[in-house]
Amino acid sequence: MSSPSPAAFSMAPPNQWEEFTEGMWRRNPVFVMVLGMCPTLAVTVSAINSISMGLATTFVLAASCFLVSLLRRLIPKEVRIATYIVIIATFVTVVDYAVQAISLDLYEALGAYIQLIVANCLVLGRAEAHAARAAPIPATLNAIGMGLGFTLGLTMIGGVREILGAGAFFGVPLFGPGFQPWVVMVLPPGGFFVMAGWLLLFAIVRRRMAARNAGAASSVGSSAVAASSGACHGA
Amino acid sequence: MAHESLGQILLNTILSGNFVLAMFLGMCPFLGVTHSVAVAFPLGVATAFVIVIASVSAYLLNWVLALAHLEFLRLICYIVVIASAVQLVEMFVKKHYPALFRALGIYLPLITTNCAVLGVALFQTAREYNFAQSLTFAIGGGVGFTLALTLLASVRERVQLADTPEVVQGTVLVLILAGVLSLAFMGFAGLGG
Amino acid sequence: MNAPAKSPAAFQATSTFTLLRTLSVVSAICGLIIVVSYMATLDRAKANRRLAAQRAVFKVLPDAVTVKDYLALPNGDIVPAGGGDPPPGALRFYSAYDAEGRFEGIAAEGAAKGYADMVRVMFGYRESCHCIVGIGVVSMRETPGIGDRILTDKAFLTNFKALDVRLNDDLSALANEVKVVKHGAKTQAWQVDAISGATVTSRAVGKGVNDAAQLLLPRLVPKLDQLREKP
Repeated sequence: MSSPSPAAFSMAPPNQWEEFTEGMWRRNPVFVMVLGMCPTLAVTVSAINSISMGLATTFVLAASCFLVSLLRRLIPKEVRIATYIVIIATFVTVVDYAVQAISLDLYEALGAYIQLIVANCLVLGRAEAHAARAAPIPATLNAIGMGLGFTLGLTMIGGVREILGAGAFFGVPLFGPGFQPWVVMVLPPGGFFVMAGWLLLFAIVRRRMAARNAGAASSVGSSAVAASSGACHGA
Repeated sequence: MAHESLGQILLNTILSGNFVLAMFLGMCPFLGVTHSVAVAFPLGVATAFVIVIASVSAYLLNWVLALAHLEFLRLICYIVVIASAVQLVEMFVKKHYPALFRALGIYLPLITTNCAVLGVALFQTAREYNFAQSLTFAIGGGVGFTLALTLLASVRERVQLADTPEVVQGTVLVLILAGVLSLAFMGFAGLGG
Repeated sequence: MNAPAKSPAAFQATSTFTLLRTLSVVSAICGLIIVVSYMATLDRAKANRRLAAQRAVFKVLPDAVTVKDYLALPNGDIVPAGGGDPPPGALRFYSAYDAEGRFEGIAAEGAAKGYADMVRVMFGYRESCHCIVGIGVVSMRETPGIGDRILTDKAFLTNFKALDVRLNDDLSALANEVKVVKHGAKTQAWQVDAISGATVTSRAVGKGVNDAAQLLLPRLVPKLDQLREKP
């Protein structure tokens, strides 16, 4: 099919499976849509932190989209953003308390970035672009999928940073005591570089694949290229 | 209460603890709007202004909430105040600087979801700054944010004229540039004691 | 999936009443959710914090077996810490007792900004030597391999095995400020040798300890008799 992806999208309503998997890879929030960058770079110093932040965001995303979708006919257009924000802030507060109750060490590690999930463009963006127009079940499925895709993206970055910068993976030391950790990887610049590294890898792979199937542009390619020129588009 | 001096806070937030390059707050505009200095700088200033308003409001709000033992409403109250402040700034810019309003487009209302604004409010509460410290923190944060945005924008403008491999263009290049900038700012560590 | 095309009447702006009604309903639902989750997690969160504090106290006063929370009020009184919020200006500290119920010493937390963020340190104090006998880092985000050496560097930790924090003659402040000096330059019992290459983080530890001791010990030392009896 040579029509651009957005048009193909709206032709037939996506089924449940497509709803769920949309955010996992094809429109991965971290690498394709480039949304929710603040926690992505700040918290991904280890695989465990990345997964925890990803799951916390997934919960907020799913719960908020569920409630927004449930109340969608009740919320007038004028106050929709404010209402979505209040709903999102509520579930972020819930997650904040939950993490404190589960593990204080985790809470110290994630710190203020849990509360900053409120400002995560991904959550507000999905609420506005999708949950406000869809029924609760598809909206929540989609949100969970997006959240899991986000978690995957975070863990990919966090895993590399932990392996290179601390010589461990999920806290398990990988190399012997003689290993000199590449400390910059667990510092702020490392976040930028590792994310750039992954995107570069995907760009190279895409180019090779495009050269191989000369002519037919894959949907990953077109949507990724479109998104990589900016950030925070929301839809 | 924290024991940092105002000078220390100012130096820290602008340089060694720069909101964007060290604390990763405000990534969306940092990566999205820095294609030209003419847009990046005014957005930085607008955000800095909102940050200061948010900081002052957060301090007062926190004081009131503490009196009423309603701390668990803190996050919601902060974000509502920020949304209102952005709304006000939007109306002001639209009325007095219409050309700028059109140039900034959707990025002006997006200041509401800018982690830097909410981050200032949350961090100053966590560090238990008093009013003077909070205000300095906010001003320093705003200046640092504008500085980082403007620096990246000017570098990007120059790089656009250079010959870069196609595979690297776009977000990859911006991230690499940001990483180098962040690395440079690490050299300021320990400044201010 | 979405509502079909609206009738012309719906294109008018929504009435203020509807806006307010929606906001109230949403706020009520959200408020309820928050309160419920707060109540549900309060006990666990408190228990976690208590456990973490206890762990830190046992680390700095190894012979301790029981720990009791106290507050040192601005007027100099020492009161057991209740469950609610401490009054403003009150300083929390922990009184430790060994297996026989004898008073071991006290522990308290200090904090200062390090390289990346705040460094929180628990220190233990014994009145027999008027000195700090050990520290334990409660939380820090310092650079791995550099700043985080405060956790493991034996020479640095030894600084705090007998750190002189005796009070001055009128018991209003420390006789000598705890000062972090360049690695190798330590000459006095109240100085701390910084870790070479990790000066900022070392200074944060010293400053955190100093600031907390300066505030707490003048209030505490005159009242130590009160703590000797295990409650």
